Amino acid sequence: MAVGREIVTKIKSVQSTRKVTTALEMVSASKIKKAQEQMEASRPYVGKIKEMINHLAQASPEYKHPFMQDQEADRVGYIIISTDRGLCGGLNANLFKKAVINMRDWETKGKKIDVVTVGNKATSMFKNSSVNLQANISSLGDNPKLTELIGVVKVMLDAFMDGKVSQVYLVYNDFINTMTQQATVEQLLPLPAGEETIARNNWDYLYEPDAKEVLDNLMTRYIESLVYQGVLENLASEHAARMVAMKSATDNASDLIKDLQLVYNKARQAAITQEISEIVSGAAAV
Amino acid sequence: MSTIKCEIVSAENAIYSGDVAMVIASGVSGELGIAPRHTPLITQLKPGQVRVHLSDGSEQEFYVSGGILEVQPHLVSVLADTAIRAKDIDEAAAIKAKEEAENLLQDSNKQYDLAQVQADLAQAVAQIQAISRLKKKLKR
Repeated sequence: MAVGREIVTKIKSVQSTRKVTTALEMVSASKIKKAQEQMEASRPYVGKIKEMINHLAQASPEYKHPFMQDQEADRVGYIIISTDRGLCGGLNANLFKKAVINMRDWETKGKKIDVVTVGNKATSMFKNSSVNLQANISSLGDNPKLTELIGVVKVMLDAFMDGKVSQVYLVYNDFINTMTQQATVEQLLPLPAGEETIARNNWDYLYEPDAKEVLDNLMTRYIESLVYQGVLENLASEHAARMVAMKSATDNASDLIKDLQLVYNKARQAAITQEISEIVSGAAAV
Repeated sequence: MSTIKCEIVSAENAIYSGDVAMVIASGVSGELGIAPRHTPLITQLKPGQVRVHLSDGSEQEFYVSGGILEVQPHLVSVLADTAIRAKDIDEAAAIKAKEEAENLLQDSNKQYDLAQVQADLAQAVAQIQAISRLKKKLKR
């Protein structure tokens, strides 16, 4: 019986869409855990570096690292971390909105914007806008390595060291939990002055080769590891957002299928009723 | 036998943590052995091995591609780099990231050029049509 052929086709197509969204949902669900573990694993390193920097800042107060000093320049730098792929709800859109609002603020003060991007989405967003795209890296995948970030971070650090930018911001999605990701714009440079810890340490380190060089070294690594953490947070956020988006897509597909099935059943029933009444009236006529 | 706590971490993971009798690492100015109650020290590390001696006499080895070693009265921590760092290698990475962006911008210029060419083409086609129409009119 050729009733509602179109409806059947439509149901089939929605069903196959649902299969895809379900698969994506499950893939993301399994990846979140790994991304979270990576986030956890990188925390001790950042914590330790921060401790050491605080100590060094106290131990040699006469030497102030350039990263800690305010400076004037007519540009502001942003490191923007986005996802490589879409299908993750409004994650990137919200992030870019926040970043652009922040940039507008600076632009009204007459500053120009330099941007380095991590991830395809940010690149395609900012390459055709009025900001100045300085460097980019994309396709970091599910297992980002700090090594891959050294280049882009260095571009911004050099710009800061050369006095080309007065501030550097880090823009990423902060992973709060599976349901919540917070678009975050954070100031990287100049480093906000470290909290004045009580002078608990009356001892000082021996330095090899010397305090200044060690501090320089630590600073670069500190900034890099902050950016790396941002990348990991963003990765976890991506998977969480995708999982939620795909879950609601799956639910919507299920609803749609249910509705279509109902329409199909009604049409079929109507066709049968009509056929019967035709036969009955035909028989009555004979 | 006294021990000191030792932690080896990199930006990507925690590598080792435990109480040890001695830590041996290669600092920039020479091989170092850190025993408990060593004076506080910070040094940069050369790419090489970090060996920890446990109090039961066994030994564990880790390879680090550089990093920083910190000694506090009660704790030795090694911040290991995940890759060999050198000024020119970092520089090369920065240049590569810049080029990447330039290529992208170049590409978008190409797209822009494509649009320009298409516009020119459309204009030329319109002109040809106009001319051929004129010719037809003239023939009549």
